[in-house]
Amino acid sequence: MIREPKPVRWVLRLFVICYVGLLVLWPVFLVAQRTLSPGWQAVVSSLSSPEVLLGLRLTGIATFWSVLFNLVFGVGISLLLVRYEFRGKRLLSVLLDLPLSVSPVVVGLALMLVYAKGTPVGRFLYGIGYQIIFATPGIVLATTFVALPLVIREVVPVLTEIGDDQEVAARSLGASGWQTFWRVTLPGIKWAVVYGVVLTLARSLGEFGAVKVVSGNISLQTQTATLVVQDTYQDFQQQTAYTVSLLLTLAAVLCITVVALLRPKEKLS
Amino acid sequence: MTAVAELDPPVEAAKRKTGKPYVESRRRLGTGSRVGLGVAVLWFSLLVLIPLAVVVGTAAAGGAGQFLAALTNAQTLNAIGLTVVVSLAVTAINVVSGTIIAWVLVRDRFWGRSLLNVVIDIPFALPTIVAGLVLLSLYGNNSPLGINIANTRWAVALAIAFVTLPFVVRAVQPVLEELDVDVEEAAACLGAGPFATFGRIVLPSLAPAITSGAALSFARGISEYGSMVLLSGNLPNRTEVVSVRVLTHIENGDLASAAALATGMLVIAAAVIVALDVLRRTVARRDS
Repeated sequence: MIREPKPVRWVLRLFVICYVGLLVLWPVFLVAQRTLSPGWQAVVSSLSSPEVLLGLRLTGIATFWSVLFNLVFGVGISLLLVRYEFRGKRLLSVLLDLPLSVSPVVVGLALMLVYAKGTPVGRFLYGIGYQIIFATPGIVLATTFVALPLVIREVVPVLTEIGDDQEVAARSLGASGWQTFWRVTLPGIKWAVVYGVVLTLARSLGEFGAVKVVSGNISLQTQTATLVVQDTYQDFQQQTAYTVSLLLTLAAVLCITVVALLRPKEKLS
Repeated sequence: MTAVAELDPPVEAAKRKTGKPYVESRRRLGTGSRVGLGVAVLWFSLLVLIPLAVVVGTAAAGGAGQFLAALTNAQTLNAIGLTVVVSLAVTAINVVSGTIIAWVLVRDRFWGRSLLNVVIDIPFALPTIVAGLVLLSLYGNNSPLGINIANTRWAVALAIAFVTLPFVVRAVQPVLEELDVDVEEAAACLGAGPFATFGRIVLPSLAPAITSGAALSFARGISEYGSMVLLSGNLPNRTEVVSVRVLTHIENGDLASAAALATGMLVIAAAVIVALDVLRRTVARRDS
């Protein structure tokens, strides 16, 4: 291993600490400080406004469905991609990455063009009693869209690496496909699934742009927590904006800390 | 989050050794898995593929003239120029700083290193609107540093630098960890200094990872929206980025123009993903 000269090492270390400190750590710290400086009373009272409570509830609903859909879809499609051979597989695996690099605003627009009330599909769904755009189902769809590849990206490499020897053995000993999945495959990919879910959770809690377009951003009706942050900040209710932001930040930091703590353990076992 | 995860090394390896495809592992679809695949593809189409196709369809429906008119509107051109230039500049910064951060995280040992490793992921996990608010606290009105760049073009660059920080770091880090240090030692024994070793041995092996991190960072930069809202002020012709422009069109009910711009953004997103797939396969083939 090459060792850079000592002064170089110190310069690099200092650069990294300053860069990350000025860009991430200090700003995050300042928001925490400003939220908490007026005292707990202000924090609690700003959390109990109806706007915030509704926002948090909507974010909770959207996150729940997004995690559930992406967990089932992600594990299923990963198994199909790694264990089976079919036409169009490579194209599918490339397309599955698309939601990560499409702008959230474009995601919102795309869903709107298909499911809004004025479109054929939207009109049909509205006719049988489902409003998608400017309502909760649209928020759920947008949230699910943006977080779609996260489980797959964690599970596919692990599935590939563990191979299928044990699955073949289980099958040859008479296990059904279902038994093989629950008793052999799933324990092997357990941690990858957990990371995928935690990352999906973090992404879903924080989605803003796509949700803003499909929800119509209607105060006290379709505003999720992130939309409440914008609304209250621009409405000069800074304490509320800061409090909700801090709450979302804590959730995000908790998610990445869980992943960081779990990862090394996996290597040891 | 590894961008250069090799997709199927055992299979590639098996193909090389036996000259035959890895038959055992790749089963053909049975009835159950066929239904599963059908349901999965249907869900993916309803959620992602059809809506994105309709965006392109809406843009095309107006004809080439309308499409070009939407893209060459003066305000839109300014937004495109700003977004592309700033994203490229920030990506260049990320290539350097991201590689240095990955290097320090892998090769250096100091107190707080594991904390730093977690902090790098904060921009991934933090909601973008909160990212804007967070940056505003240090670089806005009440800045303890006395720097106020809110509502300027610097704010656009700052927002993009924040949200794209992890891409190059997380692409380079795993490759650097797996790097064979014997080669570096051999170079050192043969008289190469640390800088020559880095430039001639380490850097070339990191190049694919740096490239893929840079591509992801650029794609994220041009699509960024949430972190601009509070920070850049979205001033027309000055700090307005492409995604803000798309949203303005949507809010004004001009869905054709919104779709035209969105199609342009989709083309870049798709190009980046295809390029990464090609890169990933090339690297996997070279390594096996």
